[in-house]
Amino acid sequence: MATASKQSDSKAKIEGGREYDPPAIDWESRAYWEGAGRGELVLQRCRACDVVQHRPRGFCVSCMEDQLEHFVASGRGTVYTYSIVHQNQMPKFRNALPYVVAYVELEEGPQLLTNIVDCDPETISIGMPVYVEFKATPNEKTGDQLGVPRFRPA
Amino acid sequence: MSYSGSFAIAGVHEYESRWAPNKTSFQIMGECSRDALADAGLSLSDVDGLFGASMTMGAMGMVQFAEYLNIKPRYLDGTNIGGSSFVSHVAHAGAAIHAGLCDVALIVYGSTAASDAMAIGTGNSGGRDPSAAFVSPYGMTLVSSYAMVARRHMHEFGTTSAQLADIAVSTRHHASLNPHAKMRQPITREDVLESRVIADPLHLLDCCIISDGGGAIIVTSLERAKDLRQKPVAILGSGESVAHREIGRPDLMTMAAKQSGEQAFAMAGLTHSDIDLCTIYDSFTITVLLTLENLGFCKPGEGGAFVENGGIGLGGRMPVNPDGGGLSSNHSGMRGIFLVIEAVRQLRGGLGERQVEGAKIALAHGTGGYLGLMHSGATLILSSD
Repeated sequence: MATASKQSDSKAKIEGGREYDPPAIDWESRAYWEGAGRGELVLQRCRACDVVQHRPRGFCVSCMEDQLEHFVASGRGTVYTYSIVHQNQMPKFRNALPYVVAYVELEEGPQLLTNIVDCDPETISIGMPVYVEFKATPNEKTGDQLGVPRFRPA
Repeated sequence: MSYSGSFAIAGVHEYESRWAPNKTSFQIMGECSRDALADAGLSLSDVDGLFGASMTMGAMGMVQFAEYLNIKPRYLDGTNIGGSSFVSHVAHAGAAIHAGLCDVALIVYGSTAASDAMAIGTGNSGGRDPSAAFVSPYGMTLVSSYAMVARRHMHEFGTTSAQLADIAVSTRHHASLNPHAKMRQPITREDVLESRVIADPLHLLDCCIISDGGGAIIVTSLERAKDLRQKPVAILGSGESVAHREIGRPDLMTMAAKQSGEQAFAMAGLTHSDIDLCTIYDSFTITVLLTLENLGFCKPGEGGAFVENGGIGLGGRMPVNPDGGGLSSNHSGMRGIFLVIEAVRQLRGGLGERQVEGAKIALAHGTGGYLGLMHSGATLILSSD
């Protein structure tokens, strides 16, 4: 396989006014973003110490062992905190205002930075159950089939 | 002789204008260097240690600035850990001086963020490198990274927007007493709450301003500083740390300030009741509230009650940012150097209406980066005693 591209000039994907660019990936994060491209939330677990670590790395930073495995998470979580963004100077986000950035605490432990979509922002609250969905963001230059996970009310 | 108390700040200068479209950032840095040296009673030829950072300098910035000033220092430190960098530089300069690696350290900063129309808080975060890929798709602005911390604090402790607003109100009152501050018109709690929302729950007036600006600090041994033009301000304690995503399980209520503050207090052998004033990086109102908790001036969750109704105003329980801070005086992208400069000015005394009466010991704390994502923290405890 080719080395992960750091830059992408593929056409922007627009949905609801927001473009999701294909994420820049590398060897440590490829499984995560390719999983999202298949509609799976892929996390890393250490076979030696059982710790789930996010973001993915080349080895377990809890026990330093090189015995990581990837597994598909449940996709269920709760809102840890959030903000409704009303100002962003970047055109691709300006067109989507207001939108919601949030940390979602997954059932498996780690928090993900994400967006909460498919709901009225004013109805969101901390502790609210949410479920993952994916926006396909293929990198047309490299052919990588990638996706971006985001969450909606469960 | 221990590191604590072995070195002192002998000269400071803050660039007076907040709008400098006809200057380069190096020119601002150069003029501040000249004026801080004059404040100390030293000259450029005395400088043998060079420290600095900025938003626009590249990795070779300190080499380029040495070329600009036509100096050849024997010690260089271009550490950039965000807006707290200069608080950290004072400690690093002290360590170098204590180790005999330099005698007179120049710490310098300059920026034309306002006249360059930089969108510091409301551009996107991240970038295109693989670690940023976990951030950049989601449109998390700098402001919203702090707003998510504010939201969590409200959820856990019942903190209110009105309490956050009171931080902006006190800081603006201080700015009204500072002739160089950019925003000097007093504001009310209602003004803050009625200003437009930038990233909920933070309003426009919960956010620092954007200005041009710069500053310089001269650090030398306490022994040498005693023979110079100004009353020395000794550094009794220092600490620095980071807070980050912790493989996905951070407590957003714990800042780097907790670790750096504990270290600084332990080194100084002082407690909170010894501190006469604080200068705290006020990128946003929530930053001040959470920093006060993490430094131990109040318990976790008690920050709202600590800051409300003028609690951090002049004459309050702990005066914070008597110069008007980043919320009202100046914020040109990286504010750490001004935290140190105002602490030194207060400890020298004679500031008129904004003087904290009888101030002998100050604490300066800088936060650099994104509060809700990853940030650095650097603490200094300074004394004129």
